Amino acid sequence: MTSTLPTEAVRVPESSLATEARAAAVVWEREMIRFVKDRARILSSLAQPLLFLFVLGSGLGSLLSSGQGTGSVRFETFLFPGVMAISVLFTAAFAGISIVWDREFGFLREMLVAPVSTASILVGKALGGATVATLQCLVLLALAGLVGVPYDPLMLLAMVGLIFLMGFMITALGLVLAARVRQVQSAMPLVQLVITPLMFLSGALFPLSGLPTWLAVLTHINPMTYAVEPLRSIVFDHLDVDAATRARFDPGIVWGSWTVPVALQVVLTAAFSLAMLGLAVWRFRRTE
Amino acid sequence: MEAPAVAVRGLVKRYGEVEAVRGIDLEVARGETFGFLGPNGAGKSTTINILCTLTEPTAGEARVVGLDAVRDRAAVRRRIGLVFQDPTLDAPMSGEQNLRFHQELYGVDRRRAPARREEVLRTVGLWERRADPVSTYSGGMRRRLEIARGLLHSPQVLFLDEPTIGLDPQTRSSIWAYLAELHRHAEREEDRITVFVTTHYMDEAEHCDRIAIMNEGRIVALDTPDALKAQVGADRVVITTEDDEAALRSLRAEFGLEGAVREGAVSVAVPDGAGFVPRLFGRLGVGIRSVTVTRPSLDDVFLAHTGTTIRDAEAGAGPSMHPMAARMRGR
Repeated sequence: MTSTLPTEAVRVPESSLATEARAAAVVWEREMIRFVKDRARILSSLAQPLLFLFVLGSGLGSLLSSGQGTGSVRFETFLFPGVMAISVLFTAAFAGISIVWDREFGFLREMLVAPVSTASILVGKALGGATVATLQCLVLLALAGLVGVPYDPLMLLAMVGLIFLMGFMITALGLVLAARVRQVQSAMPLVQLVITPLMFLSGALFPLSGLPTWLAVLTHINPMTYAVEPLRSIVFDHLDVDAATRARFDPGIVWGSWTVPVALQVVLTAAFSLAMLGLAVWRFRRTE
Repeated sequence: MEAPAVAVRGLVKRYGEVEAVRGIDLEVARGETFGFLGPNGAGKSTTINILCTLTEPTAGEARVVGLDAVRDRAAVRRRIGLVFQDPTLDAPMSGEQNLRFHQELYGVDRRRAPARREEVLRTVGLWERRADPVSTYSGGMRRRLEIARGLLHSPQVLFLDEPTIGLDPQTRSSIWAYLAELHRHAEREEDRITVFVTTHYMDEAEHCDRIAIMNEGRIVALDTPDALKAQVGADRVVITTEDDEAALRSLRAEFGLEGAVREGAVSVAVPDGAGFVPRLFGRLGVGIRSVTVTRPSLDDVFLAHTGTTIRDAEAGAGPSMHPMAARMRGR
């Protein structure tokens, strides 16, 4: 190449769906670049779900089997979809809140002054968070056989879809939280403050059957519950368990006496995701 | 007729009680390098933020290449390049990745994108370092990369807010050399980019075609650097002589000038210092050991228009006087 290149002007096109999609795609791509580069993050965020699955799972599992018993299902099997959800929760929330770092280092400005809408930038971020969360879960999914979950291709595919949706929702929630956080130091405590209750009140770690009323109410208003339950439901669909065991470990979500269909749970999760994204866009437009 | 690069009329910006910009009028022609000069808190950043569509004015009108900065936001953004006071690069990504990100964000033609990246990277001398992460770049290199990025989508106006702040003098002058390079590169008249730059370094304003001096939200002077300096008036000729008293008497008798002895040298103000020196040697009649001719600096211009030096003005203007600075720090 010579140094005398044509100095023809490059034109920036009018805004269109195509330019907005390209902006979202490049924001997504940047999340991928960061994910691949940050190996420490990948390993550390895998450690936690593995501890939950094998240490908590085995520990509580042996306790349960000594008492009333877990029927025809192992406790680790029950825990498997919940541990997926926990992994998604932490990975995606971090992906969402990471925009605070973008603000701190100024890169958020570069993104927000471009002739594209704030929504495209945040959609790119949310898709990025969802993708990273899903990639992490693929490693956990590979371990399904160790905890007695069959490798059924359709089931695995459906789980990946549900995990992606959950990841999108949580990243969008992280973005909402990040909108007003000015200091990097306050970002992580805020995530812990919001994510930990979402985790404990979601039915990720214990079945929703036979809960005291206050706990039942809290779990039922937690949007995370509606993202976790379809995941567990699809796993139990592919297990060989008797009706009584399933009723104890996967009772579904019941409003009054009406059992909420899994399809509606997925719709609610999608609706909540869009609501979070809309709220994030609104808050970013107001503050930046 | 082509609309001016920048046209501002009656621009006012208030932040609560503080009036950061107090009604300014300004016009910048296409292809001009326009300097916006003043101490911190003078309202420079606020004005540039309004022009870049990042802040809405309280009153008045701001147009960039004929487009309204409030109503035609997106259209203005497509036609301008921005280099902010604070860095806005992604440090883990490489220099070229940062540029590619920008091109995708601005939706520029993919077929032309790699060639354009190479062009701007070569212009700022970073082509060899393109694959390295920005985290390994020095402050000056980061600035140059940001300038390259600002040029990437061939903007009609390039806005730079304090592009040299915090850089060492050598890097500062190299940044200005690159900015000068921009004008040399454009072969066709319509490709000439307008550069709108704020600075509080007086010496840097010398590089501009025209400068506006802003103080406390108002433009107090606007002209070419030479014309502004000429307004302040005289050159100063300082001579060391064998007999200062005799030199003073002779200056009065031969030239009708009132000199003064300061720090062991005779100092006298004349309109054309360089032309005065030969006559001085011919007619003074006192032995001259050395001569220094000082042209008025923009510091003198600033002093003449505001009654204070830029350094004193900065010392007086604390953070509370500068709402934008406070906002930026809060980010």
